[in-house]
Amino acid sequence: MNVALSVARKDLQIEWRTRMVLARVVPFALLVMVLFAVALDSEPLVLRAAAGLVWLATLFSTMLVVQRAFDIETADAAIDTLLACAVHPARVFFGKALALFVQLFALVVVLVTAAMVLYGVTVSGSRVVLLVTVVISATSGLALVGTLYGAVVANMNGRDSLLPLLALPVLAPLLIGASRATEAAFGSQTIDMANGWAWVGLLGVYGIVFGAAGSAAFSPLTESDS
Amino acid sequence: MHTATTAAPGAAARTGTRTTRVIGVLALATTAFVVVSAFFLTPADSVQGDSVRIMYVHVPTAWVAYLAFITTAVASGFSLARRHRTLGFDRVAGASGEVGVLFMAMTLLTGSLWGRLTWGTFWQWDPRLTTTLFLFVTYVGYLAVRRIDTDPRQRARRSAVIALLAVLEIPLVHFSVVLWRSLHQEASVLSPDGDVRLDDLMLFTLFAGVAAFTLIFAWLVIHRQRLTALADIRQTVGLDAAIALRRSETRGVVK
Amino acid sequence: MKDLGFILASWLATLGSIGVLAAVTIRRARELSRHVPDDAKPWV
Repeated sequence: MNVALSVARKDLQIEWRTRMVLARVVPFALLVMVLFAVALDSEPLVLRAAAGLVWLATLFSTMLVVQRAFDIETADAAIDTLLACAVHPARVFFGKALALFVQLFALVVVLVTAAMVLYGVTVSGSRVVLLVTVVISATSGLALVGTLYGAVVANMNGRDSLLPLLALPVLAPLLIGASRATEAAFGSQTIDMANGWAWVGLLGVYGIVFGAAGSAAFSPLTESDS
Repeated sequence: MHTATTAAPGAAARTGTRTTRVIGVLALATTAFVVVSAFFLTPADSVQGDSVRIMYVHVPTAWVAYLAFITTAVASGFSLARRHRTLGFDRVAGASGEVGVLFMAMTLLTGSLWGRLTWGTFWQWDPRLTTTLFLFVTYVGYLAVRRIDTDPRQRARRSAVIALLAVLEIPLVHFSVVLWRSLHQEASVLSPDGDVRLDDLMLFTLFAGVAAFTLIFAWLVIHRQRLTALADIRQTVGLDAAIALRRSETRGVVK
Repeated sequence: MKDLGFILASWLATLGSIGVLAAVTIRRARELSRHVPDDAKPWV
């Protein structure tokens, strides 16, 4: 697991030095939130849609962050060097997913804050616990699936348009689950807390399934023939 | 149209063999029967009326689409496991995926036309429909990856992973939509297959439709898989010829 | 027959698209076969 941690540390250090997520992805996601509000053009409607909009903005941003996470690997064939050192591919997978998780978690925190400021969302009492659990479980799933599909399209021509086409249908259950559970945490009338927790269960299963799939698939994905 | 079982002198053999010709003839005959039976022999349904005649094309296309995706997943699994035959299995997976996307597009189209007649809407956010739609988009992506011009072995591995992940996606999407819809007021949908009372001929026609479309699927996959094999062989043949030409040229210079 | 338009559209779209795919397949097979010698085809 030490290997996974050092891979994660390496990715986060690169992010800290280049500040790509901070300088470009966070502003992009905030812009999306503002544009949603402008497009819907109705405060009650925006408040009702807030949970879904937060996750939709996160999903779009994930595509950008994942792209970046694999471009740094393929640019100098860095990942081949890493794997040539007899590092188990599953550990590289979990390391990259961990780094992605940290970045996306920070992004979601910003977006939830933005939803409170811009959309007038309020979270209080036991709902905070649900919200934190949802954000952690959904972001883990997002990071695992993102890393997996990032590896699928890594180094391919046209990967920037392929990644959303491949990953978004697979992320649909996560979007549904995270949005509904967050809706419950935001205190929506259409869904109660118990249902919110049921969705957290689905997100957990989702994360485990794709964590297992990703650690198994990373080896054939990163293998090179030359 | 003249087709020879083994290459007649002068006529090059193509992608057909005796087996595929038998499959082709059987497919045409069964399809002809299904069309005649669906339109003229079977009665209209007591509840749905004539719109039930869409069922004989809708259900078989759905069946074949799922069969195709299972075939793709199985072939993809073999392609990953049997390394010395990766590309052979990859061709089958790809051919099956192509045919599957076509049939699934037709499933969605005929389904929404049928839905318009029986439910009054083209689309319902019901678990089965939603899962089918997401699966369709997933396989469109799968075909997009297959079209990318890159190292064929790497492409084979990556598309195999996508095909296997799609199998995981099916229950997750299905279950999440079940859970999602159960929170809303249950849509009063007549289940299209549930409410139709099928007499013997209707049932037989439906099964004949499934058989006909399965035969068509087999014919298409065999031919299209050989087509990609031909394209690959042609490339190596062309390469060999170019190398031979180059060799003879240099020999000429040396002499 | 009631709703004949919808019923015919379903059948024609399905059988038509299958027919087009089959025709394209045969045409490409004919074209490619010309460039590949028979003994290079494993199924012959």
